[in-house]
Formats: sequence, structure tokens, C-alpha cells
Amino acid sequence: MHRFANPNRFMQISGALLPWTAASTVLLVAAGLYLGLFRAPPDYQQGESVRIMYVHVPTSWMAMFCYTFLAGSAAVGLIWKHPLADLSAKAAAPIGACFTLLALATGSLWGKPMWGTWWEWDARLTSVLVLFFLYLGYIALVNAFDDPTRGVRAGSILALVGFVNVPIIKFSVDWWNTLHQPASVFRMDGPTIHTSMLIPLLLMGVGFTTYFFWVWMLRVRTEIVAGKIRAHRRRQVQRAPVDFAGDGRAVSTEG
Amino acid sequence: MTRLACILGREFRLAQRHGMDSVLVVVFFVLAVVLFPFGVGPEPNILARIAAGVLWVAALFATMLGLERLFQADYEDGSLELLMLTPLPLEGVVLAKVAAHWLTTGLPLLIAAPLLAAILNMNVAGFLVLILALLLGTPTLSLIGTVGAALVLGSRRGGILLSLLVLPLYIPVLIFGVSAVDAAIGGFGVRAQLLILGAFLLASLALCPWAAAAALRQALE
Repeated sequence: MHRFANPNRFMQISGALLPWTAASTVLLVAAGLYLGLFRAPPDYQQGESVRIMYVHVPTSWMAMFCYTFLAGSAAVGLIWKHPLADLSAKAAAPIGACFTLLALATGSLWGKPMWGTWWEWDARLTSVLVLFFLYLGYIALVNAFDDPTRGVRAGSILALVGFVNVPIIKFSVDWWNTLHQPASVFRMDGPTIHTSMLIPLLLMGVGFTTYFFWVWMLRVRTEIVAGKIRAHRRRQVQRAPVDFAGDGRAVSTEG
Repeated sequence: MTRLACILGREFRLAQRHGMDSVLVVVFFVLAVVLFPFGVGPEPNILARIAAGVLWVAALFATMLGLERLFQADYEDGSLELLMLTPLPLEGVVLAKVAAHWLTTGLPLLIAAPLLAAILNMNVAGFLVLILALLLGTPTLSLIGTVGAALVLGSRRGGILLSLLVLPLYIPVLIFGVSAVDAAIGGFGVRAQLLILGAFLLASLALCPWAAAAALRQALE
């Protein structure tokens, strides 16, 4: 892992991977949407509205995956102090926040026809809402300091503290009697949904994962380049001759 | 242990000489609760129904009051760096701070809560459980809040940021605190809720000083 902590090597590898992740995202999501929206059978109870699942379930997976990724990056950044891990955490947070918001919004749209309510204060929904606030808190904390590294360090500790919420979300449907249905894909005894529904679901899940890595790489690359520009500007300012006396004679500060 | 007591004593002297801190927290708590009868109307049944939730939410906000100043003054005048240099581990310093915060803000709330419950027309069956739940819950709030206070040290807009960081983490305590009181009023067992509140307290007692100390170290780096 330490081999990949070098920003230049990261730029090389991510530059080569970018088009592949972009292409596989488009293909997987297109295939998943086609199979899910047109080929998969409607549910015998829920009818056509079951198709919201093909967006809702993968975004919810991604909401938790992004937070786990964020917390992992935060831990690496705190332990080994790799600057790249800090950038990685910072880049993952807004993507995760968007997935969480999408999961809440699609869930709410699905809840209206099925449960008869936009929002239900049960354990699963509440814990995902808390997850959304944790993302917002992380983003706000990272941007609250004049010194950017200080912000990321503080954010990393918050991300690790907030990680207690992820297992709570995962097991909330097993621990409490909720309106939200229990897990039907990642179970010890195998998935309980039919293959014709499972395949588009998994395609969407993998597609969203490659989307995450695509955008994440783009964001980390942008941060690296922005850092280089900042350093370059600073050097230019240092090199520029300064007119100390105010008499029109500029003196170079270098050397 | 003596060092811990030393820091605790210092915090008390500071709180005492600044004066009013605990009194102000209680006054805020009372005012916040008293607003509700005006907001939802003085109907006794409605007030009795929402009393537990109102008291808990007001207690949550009241404990947030002193948090921002918890490390800020020490950070600004440099005493935090001196505290770091003492042989006591930084986690111990944090624990002493938490204890001081709870004794000056959490404990006064505990005393005020039954009186407020009475004016909200809460069922008498819930009083003892309310105090027990607050006794278990408020130290947890102080512990979690300390992590937030340490994280926002030296940031811009620390206060509003602190509430964004800390309030989501307060939700579990709120849920079980209120459900314990509601269960007692409804005549059900409250053992499970109190045990969970105790578990929250023990877990945060083990983890929060550690996280807060890490945050303080990187603030002083």
C-alpha cells in the first residue's frame, strides 16, 4: 500500500484507469437500468413500483461503502500520515453524501406508495439520516480551518468516531422491528430474491462502485494538481523581486 | 489520582470564579422547557405526553452550552500546552475536564428536571426513571461533546460547527432516554433501556477520552 502513497505514481495509475472506470460505469449502469426497468418482472405485491429498488438499494449500499472507505482513508492518514490518504478521505466525502441523500430520497419516493408515508421514524431511516449528518459534519469540519491539513486531521478523527454508525445501519433491521424490510441480498444463507431481479441489482451495484472510483480518482487528481499549482505560485512569489524601499528599485529576495 | 484531582479542582475554581455558569445553564434549561407550554398550548394531557421528550431535548441543548468554552480558553492562553506537558496522560486531562463539565452542567440539570417535569404535568411514575436516565445519559453527552469541543479547536465558527458534529451523535442517548421514561409511565419494565444507557456510558467512557486526546494533540501540533 505504501508504494501507492506517492502522488506521482497515483497520477500515472489513475490516469490509465480513468477511461476504463468511466466506460464500465456507463455500460454497467445502462445494462442494469435496462434489465431492471424493462426485463425484470414486476413484483406480485408491489407491481411496477418495485423498480425503484434498482436505484434505491445500490445507492444505500454505496452510502455505507463510501463512509467505510472514508473511515479507512482517515485511519491510514492518521496512522501513517500519508498526504494522499488525507486527499482520498476528503474526495470521498461529498460523493458519499450525495449517495446518502439519493438513498433517502428514493426511499422516500418508494415509501409513499408502499407504506403510505414519505418518512417513517424507524431505526433504518433514522440511522441513515444520522449518516447523512455525519457526512455534512465531516465536510464542514474539513473546511473550517485556515490550515487545510489541520482540517483534514480533525475530520479524520470525526470520521472514525462516526464509524460506529455503520454497523448500526447494517443491523438496524435485524435488531429492531421496523417497517423497513430486512436484508435480502447479503445474508448468511444466500440471497432471498429471484435471479431475474438479483442480476440487475448487482449490475447497478457494481456500476455505482465503478462510478464512485471514477469520480473519486478525478477528485483526488484535481486536489493533487491544485496542490502543485499552489506550490508553484508560492515559489513564484518568493522569487519575484520586491521593491522594499519604495524607491522604484526592486531587490530579489532569493539566495 | 492526585493530579486528576488537581485539574478537577482547578476547573471548579475557574467555574466558581467566573460565577453563574451552572446557574445560567439551569436558567436556560428552565426557559427552554417553559417555552413549550406556550408553543403547543397549555393542554395538560398534551404536555404530559410530550414532557419526557421536551425535558431530554432541552437537557441536550443545555449540555451543549458550556462545550465550546471547554478547551477554548486553555487553548488561547497556552495552558493547554502546559497541561499536555504534565506527567498525567492527556486522556486523563480530558477525563478531568469531562468530569468538571458534567458536575457543573449535567448535575444541576438533574436537580431541576423533576421540578420541570411536575409543571409539565408528567405522570409521577416517570420521575424516578427520568432522574436515573438523566444520571446515566448526561455523562455520555458530556463525553461525546468533549470530542466535538476538541475537534473544533482553532476553527472558524466553532460554535455552530460543534452543534453539527455533536447533535447527530446525541440521538441514540435521546431515543433510549425518552423511551425509558415513556415505558415507566406506561407501566412497562425499564431495565433494558437503562442497561443500554449504561452501555452507552461505558463505551463512551472508554472511547471518547481517547478520541478527544487525539484531537487535542493534532490541534497543538
